[in-house]
Amino acid sequence: MMALLQSVPKLPIDNWVNGAISWIIGHFGGAFDVLNSVIEGVVSLLSFVLTAPPALLMIVLLTVIAFFLAGWRMAIFTVVGLLLVVSLGLWSDTMLTLALILAATTVCLAIGIPVGIVAAKSRRLEEVSLPILDLMQTMPAFVYLVPFVFLLGLGAGPALLATVIFATPPAVRLTMLGIQQVPRETVEAAHAFGATPMQTLFKVELPLSLSSIRAGVNQVIMLSLSMVVIAGLVGFEGLGKPVVTGLQQLNVGLAFEGGIGIVVLAIILDRVTRGIGRGGKTSKA
Amino acid sequence: MSEAQERTTQRQDNEREPIIRVEDCSVVFGRRAQQALEMRRSGKSKAEVERETGSTIGVLDANFEVWPSEIFVVIGLSGSGKSTLLRAINRLIEPTEGKIYLDGEYISEIPSKQLRQVRRKKIGMVFQHFGLLPNRTVLDNISFGLEIQGISAEKRRKSAEDTLDMVGLQGQGNKLITELSGGMQQRVGLARALATEQEILLMDEPFSALDPLIRRDMQNLFLDIQGEVKRTVVFVTHDLDEALRLGHRVAIMKDGEIVQLGTPEHILREPANEYVERFVEDVDYAKVRMAESVMVEPKEVAYTGEGPTVVLRRMRQAGLSHIFVVDRERHLVGLAEAEEVARLVERNERELGAAVDEDAPRVGRRTPLREVLPLFVDDGDAPVAVVDEGERLAGVIVRGSLIAGLTTSTEPSEEGGEDFSGVGNREPSEVGSGDAVERGRQG
Ligand SMILES: Nc1ncnc2c1ncn2[C@@H]1O[C@H](COP(=O)(O)OP(=O)(O)OP(=O)(O)O)[C@@H](O)[C@H]1O
Ligand SMILES: [Mg+2]
Repeated sequence: MMALLQSVPKLPIDNWVNGAISWIIGHFGGAFDVLNSVIEGVVSLLSFVLTAPPALLMIVLLTVIAFFLAGWRMAIFTVVGLLLVVSLGLWSDTMLTLALILAATTVCLAIGIPVGIVAAKSRRLEEVSLPILDLMQTMPAFVYLVPFVFLLGLGAGPALLATVIFATPPAVRLTMLGIQQVPRETVEAAHAFGATPMQTLFKVELPLSLSSIRAGVNQVIMLSLSMVVIAGLVGFEGLGKPVVTGLQQLNVGLAFEGGIGIVVLAIILDRVTRGIGRGGKTSKA
Repeated sequence: MSEAQERTTQRQDNEREPIIRVEDCSVVFGRRAQQALEMRRSGKSKAEVERETGSTIGVLDANFEVWPSEIFVVIGLSGSGKSTLLRAINRLIEPTEGKIYLDGEYISEIPSKQLRQVRRKKIGMVFQHFGLLPNRTVLDNISFGLEIQGISAEKRRKSAEDTLDMVGLQGQGNKLITELSGGMQQRVGLARALATEQEILLMDEPFSALDPLIRRDMQNLFLDIQGEVKRTVVFVTHDLDEALRLGHRVAIMKDGEIVQLGTPEHILREPANEYVERFVEDVDYAKVRMAESVMVEPKEVAYTGEGPTVVLRRMRQAGLSHIFVVDRERHLVGLAEAEEVARLVERNERELGAAVDEDAPRVGRRTPLREVLPLFVDDGDAPVAVVDEGERLAGVIVRGSLIAGLTTSTEPSEEGGEDFSGVGNREPSEVGSGDAVERGRQG
C-alpha cells in the first residue's frame, strides 16, 4: 500500500509557482515598481496629513468624533487611550498604521462592494467567488507575503496588498448577503414601477442592505488591524514594528507596548465604525 | 363632468378594444419548457410533469381579456399560478409562450427600455406584503413611482400628498413605514400605485396579509376609490368572499389553468366542473355572508287553524303588513298579507287558509346573501322567511334587517352605508345579465 502511494508521481507545483513568479518579475517588474511607488506615496501622504497637526489637537478631534458616534464613555476611552499611546512614544507609529488601514480599507471596499453586488445577482459569479473568498481567508499570509516582497520590495506595498487580500472577503460576503436579503417583493415593486437596474440598485437594494454593508466595513477594518504585525514583518513602520522588534530581541516589554497601541486603535475604530451605523439610524428617526 | 362621461361612453362604444388581452399564455419554470408543455397538454398532471422533467408549469394556455374599468379577479388555491399569471401581464415574469397586448399594443417582445415606459405609464402594482421601503417616510414611499419617472421633488410631494388624503392617511406623511400597522402600510402601497395614475392596476393578494376586519375596510376603501377614478384592475385573491364582492368577472385557476371565467353569479350558479363546485362550496359557504346572519326573530306568527280576526288583530298590534303562518311544530306554511286577512274578516270567513300564499319566497339559513338580495329587488317590501333543515321557521329577513345586517358587517369603518351601496349598486345590473363583457363596459 505504502509502495503504491509512493509510486504516485509528485506534481511539481512548487516549481511551477516559482517559475511563474520569476516570469512575472521578468516581464512586468516595471509595472510592479510603479504600483509600489503609488502605494508608498498614498500611504505616506495620508500619514503626513494625520501627523501634521500636533498630537493633542488630533486627540481632541478624534475624541469629538468618538463622542458623537459612540457616546461619552468612548470619548473618555479615546482621550485616555491616545494619551497612553503618546506617552509610550508610539503616536507617529499609530498614525502610520491608521494611514495604512484607511488606504487598505478603501481598496477593500472599492473591490469588495461592487463584487458583492454583482455576485448577489449572478448565480455563476456567486459560485465562483465563494471558494476564492475562502481561499483568501484561510491561506496563511506568509505564503503570499514572500512573492509580494519579491514583486514589490519591502514596505507599504506588500503590507497593503497582503492586508487587502485578507480583509476584502467580508466586504464581498456582507454586501452579497445584504442585497440577497432585500425582500423579493420590494425589488419587484421597483421593477414594476419601471425602475432601471441602476435605479433599483441605488434607490432600493443598497439602502436596504446598508446595515449589512456597514457590518462588512467594520469587519474589514478589524481584519486590517489584525494584519498590522504582518505588515511589520515586511518592513512597514508602524505599530507592527515594535512588536516584531520586541519578538526578535526577546524584548517582551517592547512588544507589549506595541500590542497596547494596536488594541487601543482597534477598540476606537470598532466602536466608532459601529456608531456610524447607529448614528445614521437615530438621526433619521 | 357630463362631458367626461360622454367621452367615456363614446370611447366604449367606438373602441370595442379590451385594455388587456392575453393569448395562449404559458409560463414554465425550469429548463425543458417545451417538453413540459407538451406533456401537460397531452394530459399529464402538473405533478407528473414536474416529476419527469423537473420543470414547474406556472401557467398553462391562459386566454382572457379585460375591459376598461373592469375589476377582473383571479382566484385559486395556493400554487395555482395566480401570481405568475399576474406578473406575466407586466412581464415581471417572462412568459414562455403566448402574446400579451395592452391597449392594443403588443408588449411581449418590446425591448426593456420601452417596457420600462409601459410600466411607468400604463400599469401600477400592489403587493401582498406591500413591498415598501422601510427606510423611507410614507410620503417618500408614495412618490417612489414618480421619483423613478424623474419627476421633480416639488411635484412629487404635491401629488403624494393628494394621494395620501385619498387613502385616508392625512397627517401621517412624515411617519416611517415601520411605525405603521399592516392596514396602514397597505394604504401606502395602494397610494403608491395610485399616485402614478396608470390606467391599469395589478393587485396580488393586496389584502390577504390583513386581519379580516381591516380587510373589509380596505375593500370598501378600494371600492370607494374605484368609484371615483375608474381603473382597470386585475385582482388576485384566494378568498372567494373577496372575489365575489369586488369582481365584475372572476377567473378560477387550478394547476396553472383557468378552469372557469364568468360573473360571480355565473360561477356560483353554474360551477363549470367539480373543482369549481368544491372550491365554491368549501371556501364560499364558510365565508360568504349567509341569510342567517341578517335574519331577525319574527315579531309574531300566525298558526294554521287560527281565525282571521285573531290574526288581523295581532298584526295590527304588532304593526305588521305581513305575517308568516306556521303549524304547531313551527313548520312554515306560507305568508299572509294584512289586506288579504282583512278581506277574509269582512267576508266572515273562519279559516285563514285562503289568505296564505304558500309560494312566498323562503331561503335556507345558509343561503348566500347574494341570492337573497334579488328577492327584495323584485318583490317590494314583503319579508322573506328563513327556514332550517326541517323547513321550520328560523327567522325572517325584512328590508330593514337586511340593510342593517349588511351595514354592520363594516362596523369598524363607521361609514357602513358604503357596504350596502357597494353591493346594492352593482347587484341589479348583475341580475339576469350574465353577460360579463356587457357588464365590464357598463362599469
Ligand atoms: N420563481 C419560480 N421558480 C420556480 N417555480 C416557481 C416560481 N414561481 C412560482 N413557481 C411555481 O409556479 C406555480 C405557481 O406559483 P404562483 O406563485 O403563481 O402561485 P399562486 O397561485 O400565486 O400561489 P399563492 O397563493 O401561494 O401565492 C407553483 O407551483 C410554484 O411553485
Ligand atoms: Mg401568489
